[in-house]
Amino acid sequence: MKMLMCREATRLMSKRLDVSLGIQEKMALKFHLAMCGACKQCNKQFQLLHDAGRVLEHQTTAMPFDVGGDSR
Amino acid sequence: MSASPDSAHDADSLDARQRRLAAVRPRLLAFARLQLRDASEADDVVQEALITAVEKDAHFAGKSGYETWVFGILKNKILDALRAQKRRGKWQSWEDDGVEAAVENQFQATGRWQDMARPRSWGDPESTLASERFWQVFDSCMIALPENIARIFTMRELMGLSTRQICEEAGIKENNCWVILHRGRLLLRACLEKGWLTEADS
Ligand SMILES: [Zn+2]
Repeated sequence: MKMLMCREATRLMSKRLDVSLGIQEKMALKFHLAMCGACKQCNKQFQLLHDAGRVLEHQTTAMPFDVGGDSR
Repeated sequence: MSASPDSAHDADSLDARQRRLAAVRPRLLAFARLQLRDASEADDVVQEALITAVEKDAHFAGKSGYETWVFGILKNKILDALRAQKRRGKWQSWEDDGVEAAVENQFQATGRWQDMARPRSWGDPESTLASERFWQVFDSCMIALPENIARIFTMRELMGLSTRQICEEAGIKENNCWVILHRGRLLLRACLEKGWLTEADS
């Protein structure tokens, strides 16, 4: 298996959020992440950016406290 | 009708819903601005969405939350506005102006991270996302993103379109889409780390 460098690893971290990776890509990324602390952090950050959209949608559509009839 | 799960506001439903529209409006505006990067266009789109919500009030089935339903309408309006932008030629060429350099600067020639650019921990993701300060930095970093990248990024991460749908809308190859998203994420993470951690550390 060819060794990934960080730049290439970030490409796969990004791609995995948009489409599922091939088995080779998955293995290579997993292997790199196991050894590289900086990429591990980067992976968490990409994931957080990905989740941010969902959180923003939730915040946007959350019912405000002062209107509506739901009790909270 | 009485089967509505939201029976609490059955009686004054239309009235209550209109008050809820007014309440959610600022948040819809903030979202539309992030996506369209043009305050007056965002205003128009939100206005249209609110009008549509009132006109189609009878179509609100009560299956999702009311605000979620309105948000769905807004997303469609934003997509229409993006298409109109594209037709007007507002989506300039895809060639990058120093973007690639900004991305490449984060790495050494060997492909390893530059020492200065090495990603650090942002702390617990849940509390990060719950922090108001984080969202302020997020907003300013989104504005700092080059327009073409921001557009693709927000279509993907804020509107939740698939890269396949995005290529169709943007008229680019899916591969190109992944390249743009990769750059966008690297630029955003660098910007966020700078803004978010400097604040958290001090
Ligand atoms: Zn690495």
